[in-house]
Amino acid sequence: MLRLLSLALSLCLILPASLQAQTLQDILQTHQDEVLSPGRQSVGVVLDDLVASGLPQALPFLEAWRDREIVRRDSDGLFFRAVEVDDAITLEDLDTGTTTTVANDDGLTEARPNGGVRRAIGDALVQFQLSDPDITKRQAAVDAIARSMDASQLGPLQASIADEPDPALRETKARLAGMLAVLFGETQDARITAIAGMADDLSVDVRAVLNTVLSTRPQVAQSVPDDANIAQVLTIGADLNAQDAYDRLVVAELAPALVTKAQIRDALVANIAGGMVGGVAVRSLNTDAARAAAYDALAAAGLVAPRVTPEAQEAAIAAHVFYLQYDEPDPVITDAAQRALAAVETRVAVSQGIDLGLDALSLASIYFLAAIGLAITFGVMGVINMAHGEFIMMGAYTGFVVQQFVPDYTLSIIIALPLAFAITFGAGVAMERLVIRHLYHRPLETLLATFGISIALQQLAKNIFGTQARPLTSPEWLSGALVFNDVIAISYIRIAIFVLALLFLGLILFVLKRTRLGLEVRAVTQNPGMAASMGINPDKINMLTFGLGSGIAGIAGVAIGLYAKVTSEMGADYIVQSFMTVVVGGVGNVWGTLAGASLIGFLQKGIEWLNPSNTLAAQTYMILFIILFIQFRPKGIVALKGRAAAD
Amino acid sequence: MRKSFLAENPSVLWFIAILAVFTIVVTLLSEVTGVDLISTSFVKTLGKTLCLCLVAIAMDVVWGYCGILSLGHFAFFGIGGYAVGMWLMYARTEGIVIESFAGQPIPPTPQEVSDAIGNQIFGVVGSSEFPWIWGFADSLLLQLLMVVLVPGLLALVFGWLAFRSRVTGVYLSILTQAMTLALALYLFQNDSGLRGNNGLSGLQNIPGFEDASQASISVVFFIASAVALAAGYVFFAWIVSGKMGSVIKGIRDNEARVRFLGYHVESYKLFVFTTTAVVAGIAGALYYPQAGIINPGEIAPIASIYLAVWVAIGGRGRLYGAVIGAAFVSLLSSWFTGGGAPNINLGFYVIQWTDWWLVLLGFSFVAVTLFFPKGIGGLFDLLVRKQS
Amino acid sequence: MSMLLEVSGVTVTFDGFRAINNLSINFAPTELRAIIGPNGAGKTTFMDIVTGKTKPDTGHVIWGERNISLLGMSESQIAREGIGRKFQKPTVFEAQTVRQNLAMALKNPRGPFAVLMHKKTGSNAERIEDIAGQVGLSDSLTRVAGELSHGQKQWLEIGMLLAQEPRLMLVDEPAAGMTPEEREKTTDILKEAAKTRAVVVVEHDMEFVRRLDCKVTVLHEGAVLAEGSLDHVTSNQTVIDVYLGRAHA
Repeated sequence: MLRLLSLALSLCLILPASLQAQTLQDILQTHQDEVLSPGRQSVGVVLDDLVASGLPQALPFLEAWRDREIVRRDSDGLFFRAVEVDDAITLEDLDTGTTTTVANDDGLTEARPNGGVRRAIGDALVQFQLSDPDITKRQAAVDAIARSMDASQLGPLQASIADEPDPALRETKARLAGMLAVLFGETQDARITAIAGMADDLSVDVRAVLNTVLSTRPQVAQSVPDDANIAQVLTIGADLNAQDAYDRLVVAELAPALVTKAQIRDALVANIAGGMVGGVAVRSLNTDAARAAAYDALAAAGLVAPRVTPEAQEAAIAAHVFYLQYDEPDPVITDAAQRALAAVETRVAVSQGIDLGLDALSLASIYFLAAIGLAITFGVMGVINMAHGEFIMMGAYTGFVVQQFVPDYTLSIIIALPLAFAITFGAGVAMERLVIRHLYHRPLETLLATFGISIALQQLAKNIFGTQARPLTSPEWLSGALVFNDVIAISYIRIAIFVLALLFLGLILFVLKRTRLGLEVRAVTQNPGMAASMGINPDKINMLTFGLGSGIAGIAGVAIGLYAKVTSEMGADYIVQSFMTVVVGGVGNVWGTLAGASLIGFLQKGIEWLNPSNTLAAQTYMILFIILFIQFRPKGIVALKGRAAAD
Repeated sequence: MRKSFLAENPSVLWFIAILAVFTIVVTLLSEVTGVDLISTSFVKTLGKTLCLCLVAIAMDVVWGYCGILSLGHFAFFGIGGYAVGMWLMYARTEGIVIESFAGQPIPPTPQEVSDAIGNQIFGVVGSSEFPWIWGFADSLLLQLLMVVLVPGLLALVFGWLAFRSRVTGVYLSILTQAMTLALALYLFQNDSGLRGNNGLSGLQNIPGFEDASQASISVVFFIASAVALAAGYVFFAWIVSGKMGSVIKGIRDNEARVRFLGYHVESYKLFVFTTTAVVAGIAGALYYPQAGIINPGEIAPIASIYLAVWVAIGGRGRLYGAVIGAAFVSLLSSWFTGGGAPNINLGFYVIQWTDWWLVLLGFSFVAVTLFFPKGIGGLFDLLVRKQS
Repeated sequence: MSMLLEVSGVTVTFDGFRAINNLSINFAPTELRAIIGPNGAGKTTFMDIVTGKTKPDTGHVIWGERNISLLGMSESQIAREGIGRKFQKPTVFEAQTVRQNLAMALKNPRGPFAVLMHKKTGSNAERIEDIAGQVGLSDSLTRVAGELSHGQKQWLEIGMLLAQEPRLMLVDEPAAGMTPEEREKTTDILKEAAKTRAVVVVEHDMEFVRRLDCKVTVLHEGAVLAEGSLDHVTSNQTVIDVYLGRAHA
């Protein structure tokens, strides 16, 4: 280790002039055989001498050696770096860099370091590279150390920290050195100090390092040894079931192996004689009890090994203790690691909670975006539009088509948003004029008619765009994520969706509460006859309102398309959840939709957290919860009160 | 004064008579009698269509008569199929497994048989354990009971929850749709115990009748479906023609008024919802052995919406309308999507019906809702009026 | 005389608006009563409370000899207890015949299985025809209710109410949209019905109320303003100020 350290150090220091007399070739000539066919042991001598020389050529030589580019010219025994160019071979002098060209490899012997040696050279190179002037090389060296931690790396790494010019990389190096110190620190104090330094870090690799320190192996013995660092003594039944305990005894060769059912069966088959086995008729061997009896008879006759009785198993288990022993012998170290890990895990749990909350918030925003158009058409107007999901799909496909013509992603999104609104607004108005207008006060028929439109639009999209998912690429500035720490991170696209959802909430509230249109919408929905008599044209208002709700679905489609994939079925994926959002939130109220989306978003994330492997189950349970929720709040979270609600 | 129910409802007799003639004709023209004018696969299609007609009249009763647009009745249909499918799959696999053990030197233990069956059935979802819901799968009788009990209980519990909180109209529709979606999503999971999205397959092979030809099995199921449809038709005609019919139609038209007359509306809805769910389950139990395979996709909400579409196209509030709608649309659908309909070449574009049928269906459905709210059945009214 | 229905101290608030304000009102087992009052006086809400459609915030609604509370009972339970209600807008089952409408209302077991197994009997048929006679629809029994004239629908609904054989009939604006002759007939039907039960009529039309010739309760802002004979209440200055003054203005 010291050898590698001094090698690395000498290369980054200004070389003393006195050493310049020696050339690399001289060193190599003294170790001809080791250079040509190095072994794991012999390579060390060469490396030592290279270090002692402090020659700057040593680094490129090591690389070339590792990459099997070093050859010896047999005529004079000199070493060269050989590069094959256009059927000819160029020989490069290792000290001067001058080249000579030869026609073929006659008279050249290639140095052939084996895998183990190449790894050793590679390790040495990593140390060199830690002080390389090129930051990418230094970064790569640090990454290489992090991938495979080794005691030998600690010294050079620590030594390279002080002179590291890049502050970020210096911090990374210090962190990595800390982790190495935890594992391979020379003294107990050094390791404990390093462990204590870990407690503030939430990253997965730090947790892995601490877990490595705390790694245990299961042990079994007659009694607990005094000198071992014991993690836990296992209680049979609570920590370890009897079956596994006995299996451990068998593995530790402290008890005879059990005879399995398959072994019994094979033994019986092997000993069939005249339709009988061990005095039992083959015909009646269709229960485990009969087979056991036959086997015992065979065992009594000495033909097979006897079965281990349950009593013997129990006795064997009772006669031993089962415990987990730390791989780390020093209990002080493991205790410190345990404390540090507990502190880290507490902070990780808190961070995960926050991260989950952010996830839920972004899911809620998506549900809100998908449902906000419905909150207007269904919630305010009372028109049930099963094709709402297809309007979302139309918006997303609009974005996709725009990107085919406008390659700049930022510009294309800016064009797509209003265009999607315009297209779905038009579609909504057309649908209201042609279909829904004739079905007011027949809600169930509206449901089915709009469903007909929904399947027709879905199939049309399939016919036009095909069944495969189409990409809707987000601009550069929306890729990536906002990282708070190693656990809490949220992608910019989700933040954008959240902001969009907030904007829509504000916009809708403004339109409904502060504009003439909103006033007229509320008037028409509450009392169309009275509104008409006051000079409001209910036809026009219904048309505009429906168009507005549909247009918002189109914009939501662009946003959802950026976040998820664009398919002809994407609308159908959101439609039930969207209706649930509106119903759970409370019909006729935009705040209700917000509440509904939040409830459903947080609920779904919460259930997924409880059962992370299964999003299908999460959705199932969420729907069941909603069905039950409606039992207790049939009118939703934000309920309209009074006589208006009774109708 | 007191006439029998059938005498008061001659249309029921007409329906039974037409169905009987149809059944006899199809049977005579099938492969079984050697005439072979109707292929076995078409007999199966017709048998399946009869089952769809049965679930359609159930849908008509719950929607057309009682006003509950349930988007869950096809889920009950699917549950019936799963219930009978579990036995079919278990019993058939058991037969195969026992046969394979026959060549072994010593007879298998019950545990070995069970493990081998489990491996065969659940290998596709990476398991060999029998989930608890397969507890009765070895008994045909109990599984047939499940065909009735599971949809019935599910409808009872769901209906009780929904009706008592006075969820009506489109809200109820959305809620039933959510229930259906939840069920489908649940079944899509690999650890649902019902083989995830693989579903149950090989249901066309009836255990105990390994030697019978598919031709004769198909005719038996066809006749059974016809008998079930006839029985269901008579049963529902009896329900809707009497005072019960008056009350449930009253609930459809003005729920509050019925309540102020002293009827406990929720009980009536629950009765109708549950009864029709049970009939849907029975229809499914007859359908899937003819289809051969059932998977969660069959239960998805869209299937229940199609069911409503058939009833609407056939004509709501008349049982024969539901039958006409289901038969007409489902047969037309298999004609179009099966490639039976000729493609239309427009010169610049070829309309392939496999791609465009759903578009046509969707828009024609809008047209029916807008222009023929009484559906095909409404045309009969016009005929009757012209004659008189 | 013990009361059939006692409403005491009932208050209902909708979004801060007191639709019914500490209302107390009683009805005898056999009486005809008219309730009048301006729009928003709480007449319909009062009926909603008695029939179980609206739950009051405070107060008691006590029914019958056994003094049972109607609060907490469902609409259908209250209807089965013997309270019948006719809506302002005639609500009959338009898709069904007059006979079916009356048969549905006829006092018989209301459970689903009793209804499912229901057999048409001679006595039921007689009762239906008897009621149809009372409301003048004998010739229309086989007609679909949707085809009836507005007045006939009102009578059919009153007939359905009679068929329920309630002990208390709540009748909301029975004379609305009727010709003078039809009104006269309606008055007779109601007066006849009130001989054997309590009949409460909510009405705007003072002429109609005068013809009923009964005790009158004036509601205003959710409370009883005055009670007594029509002449008595119409001479009450407050009534003139808040109601009649406006009505005759």
